This record gives sequence, structure tokens and C-alpha cells, in this order.
Amino acid sequence: MSRAMRADGAPATLEDYVAAGGYEGLRRALAELKPEDVTQAVKDSGLRGRGGAGYSTGGKWSTMPLGPDAPHPKYVVCNGDEMEPGSFKDRYLLSRNPHLLIEGMLCAAYAVQADDGYIFLRAQYDEPYANVERALAEAAAAGYLGERILGSDFSFELFLHESVGRYICGEASAMLNALESQRPNPRARPPHMTGAGLYARPTVVNNVETFCAVPSIVRNGVDWWKGLSITAEGGTKIYGVAGRVQRPGCVELPMGTSMRELIEVHAGGMQPGFELRAVSPGGASTAFVPAGQIDVAMDFSAMATVQSRMGTGTIVLLDDHTCPVGMTLNMLQFFAQESCGWCTPCREGLQWTAHLLGEIEEGRGKVEDLDVLAEHVWFMASDKCFCDLAPGAMQPLEAALRLFRDDFVAHIESGRCLYATGEAPAAGGGAG
Amino acid sequence: MSLTDEERRELEELLPHYPDRRAAADSALRALQRRRRWLSDESLADLGEFLGMSVAELDSLATFANMLFRQPVGRHVVLLCDSFACWSLGYDGLRAEVESQLGVAMGGTTPDGRFTLLPIVCLGACDRGPAMMVDADLHGPVAAGDVGAILGGYA
Repeated sequence: MSRAMRADGAPATLEDYVAAGGYEGLRRALAELKPEDVTQAVKDSGLRGRGGAGYSTGGKWSTMPLGPDAPHPKYVVCNGDEMEPGSFKDRYLLSRNPHLLIEGMLCAAYAVQADDGYIFLRAQYDEPYANVERALAEAAAAGYLGERILGSDFSFELFLHESVGRYICGEASAMLNALESQRPNPRARPPHMTGAGLYARPTVVNNVETFCAVPSIVRNGVDWWKGLSITAEGGTKIYGVAGRVQRPGCVELPMGTSMRELIEVHAGGMQPGFELRAVSPGGASTAFVPAGQIDVAMDFSAMATVQSRMGTGTIVLLDDHTCPVGMTLNMLQFFAQESCGWCTPCREGLQWTAHLLGEIEEGRGKVEDLDVLAEHVWFMASDKCFCDLAPGAMQPLEAALRLFRDDFVAHIESGRCLYATGEAPAAGGGAG
Repeated sequence: MSLTDEERRELEELLPHYPDRRAAADSALRALQRRRRWLSDESLADLGEFLGMSVAELDSLATFANMLFRQPVGRHVVLLCDSFACWSLGYDGLRAEVESQLGVAMGGTTPDGRFTLLPIVCLGACDRGPAMMVDADLHGPVAAGDVGAILGGYA
């Protein structure tokens, strides 16, 4: 995914991209492969969605109806609504290698015989927007988009759409409502989006990075892809590190790289004067991983062994000068604010958890509040909410109650935040 | 009030991206706001006439969105990321400095109409926190000492 990226940091032009093997995946697909073959290759590769949920990409594509009786138009939509706090990898790809996304969407569109596509890009990504817009014009001028692409029977139009804001638009079904200029509440499923999605037509929605992984799979094959990784999951991942490290930023590494290697080797370790307390591994909706467990491999299945998820794979570090209660409060305030308001557990429950955390942080908490918070964690599960926003919000809270209980109790017993006054215990106290 | 010819032309250019006029509403709201800086009731009425939608429908979309402004904003909008990575990297100090330099609290507009200061959720620039945007420009990491020079670049 990084091969075409320029050393000067400017976006790869069409020339840069083609020189690095760009659009060869598409060429191979159009010249040598049937649409079903492309889907099968992606399925066999084991590629899992990079938006955080990790669903089988090829599995999703294989549920799209094919053939002359399928409803038309069919759509391929890119989820570029990277607004999960702590996620910054799609910005990296869109800024540095926009043609890779275009080729990935073209391969997907060919595989599922789609007619039109949209890139749904979050607001505030002005520089990536400009880069993608330019790349779309370059691709169209070179014949990679439009009618009868590269002389084949395959035609595909791709539009860039900028969101008007709000995190819930990153929920795929809400995104389709947003694209239709409906209020972006999520949709009930069934029907699933590959059955009835955008404008009630069959639609594939995938994350930016997921599409970006596809061209090299199509070009180089499944065995090559599987050979790239450290663990069994195949391929590479755009990881990232943010927080008090020497070299924050994104880096493409084999899937299954350990969290320790990411932090200590690629990000250069902690800045002087800061110790690592815990890691938020893949966005605000993932559970904290304590410093003692950072040897874990960062892939979808390994992260379950430390009671967390890989999510987006961009990590944010909790250092020993930062209050874990304050960080958890900040996360819950975000989720409470971003609730679309549609279902009661999310709309009411998130506000109440944010309120209680605020009381605790400011020294007005009571011991019973911890039980109420735990009850909310239990209640706002996936089977009780209309979408995964609230269940996601409960993941960092569950982990915080499990790992930082001493800090919660200290706030309650001392009636204030000890980090604010520099009195907080050193790193390691109370963390698993 | 009604759409100017230029506004109408720009909106017409958006329409082919969507299967019908109503689906273009979000993009049209955004495009009109770029020209008029904020969306008054009159602006919604002008747009409603063009799209075949009611003011109530457009208001429903506009008030759900955080980047569509239903009250006046300054010439430049300053967005300060308040999500957890930037929060841990110095948001409080940065906010205090920006509020002090502008002389307004979060949510306010400077009396000369130059800046409006608003909070924003994660900008996807966590590796460059604490981050802020002024109009379409991302700035980060922003130290307190950088604020004056950054704001000075926007007339």
C-alpha cells in the first residue's frame, strides 16, 4: 500500500502510481479474470475489513447478486468517514496514495458488477479531498473510469461526496442514509446492504484501507498476500502510533506485528519523562490494553486474548502523567455527543455514563457510581442497541473499570483528581 | 432573496452526481454555505425552491450536521480538536491560549467578525496533536507559542 508513496510526502501522481505497478491489478482482472474469480481471490486471501469490525471482505462481496437478473444500478461505496477518535490511517492513505483507493474500488466494482461508486469522505479532510479529487480527474482522463474501461465491457463512474459531519455517518447503513441526504440514523437489518443498500439497490460498503489492500491481491495472488504477514491473517496493515512517543505517525507493517515493536521500534519508544501505562489499540471504541500485555500481536484474533480488539490499528498511548478517568470521560463524552438519538439505551445511557464519569473526575463521585457504570456496560450490549455506537462506547469503559479501578477509587475517596495536582501514583499501580 | 446565477450554476453542476435532486441536498447545503458563510432561513428557502424540498426538511438535515451553520459565523472558523488523543497532548492549554488571544470563549465570534471558535471531534491527526483547523487548513502539533502566528495568517 505504500510502494507508490513519495518520499517528499506529496500525493503520488498517476505517473508515480503506474510506475510502481499501479492499475496492474485492474488490468489483470479485466484481461484474465471473471468477476467471480476476483471475489474468490479476495475471499481466499482472508482479507478482513479494515474499518474496525474485521468482517470477511470477500465474504461480503459474495453476497452481492450477479448476472442479468440482478437489480441495477449496483453500488460500491467507500467508507471514508474516519472520525473514530484515535484513528488516522485512512487520512494517511488518502493523502499519500489516492489512486490506490480508486484501483481498489474498480476491482471491487468489477467483482460485483457494480455500475456506480461513491467515496464518502468525512468533513475536515480538506487536503485528502483535494488529492482524491485530483486523482479521480487523472484516472478518468487516462481511461480508468467511465465507459468501457481499458477497452473492456466494464464501465464504472466514481463520485466523491463530502459529509456534512457527525460520527454516526461512519456506521455503514447510516452512511447510506447520509449519501441519500436522509437524516443519518442507522438502518435496521435485514435487509443487508448487499441485498438492498444505497437507494435500495445492492451495495458493497468497505473502508478505505480495505479497498487499498485489494489491487495487490488481484495483481500478485493469494499466496503472495498470505506470505507477507507474521501471523496467519495475511497481508499488511497500516498501523499508527499517537501519544507521548518519539516518532508518532503511520507505518505499513506485516499483519501481526506486535504492539511492543510498533511502540518501541517504529515509534522510537516513550518520550523522556513518560512511562507507558496502557494502550488504546484501535480507536476510542476499543478496550485499553495494559502496558504489561504489549507483546500481543496486532491482528484481529490475537487481540481477543488481551480482552480487546485491533479496531483500526492506530494506537493512542496512555502515559503515566495522564488521568485514566479523565481519558475515559473524554471518550464517553464523545460518544454521548455523537449519539444519533434514535434508540433509548444509547441516547439516555451514554449521557448518564458521561455524567457519572464527570462527577467522579471532579471529585463528587460515590462508590455506588462504579456499580451503576458496570451495569451500563452490561446493558448497552449489541443485542440491546440499534447499532454498535453505544456497545463500542462501553468497551473502553469496561476496560477502565477493570484496569484502573484504583484510580477511580482514589478520585472518589480523595474528592479530586490526583493527576491534576501531580500527586498521581507512578505507572504500574493498579494496572493488570 | 433568491439564488444568484452563479449559485444556481454551481448547484446545477452537483446534480449529475446523484440520482435525483433531493439526494443532492447535503452537498447543496454545503455548497451554498461556502458562498454565504452560514445558512439562514432565507437560504434554506432559496435552496428548498431549487431542490423541491421544504425548509423544515432542510433544517432537519442542517441541524443534525455539525458543519452546517444555522447562525452567523466569522470570516474564519477555528476548530479545536477535543477528542482523547489531543486532550492528552495539551488541549486544555491550547484552548486557554486560543480563547485568550481571540478574547472569546469556545463557541463565540470575535466582535470584529474575524473568527468563530468551535470545538470539533477527532480530526484524524492524532499523531500531530494537539491539532486545530482554521478554515480548510490543518495545524498540528500546535504549541501555545504558535497560536499567535497561526491566527495572524488569517485576515
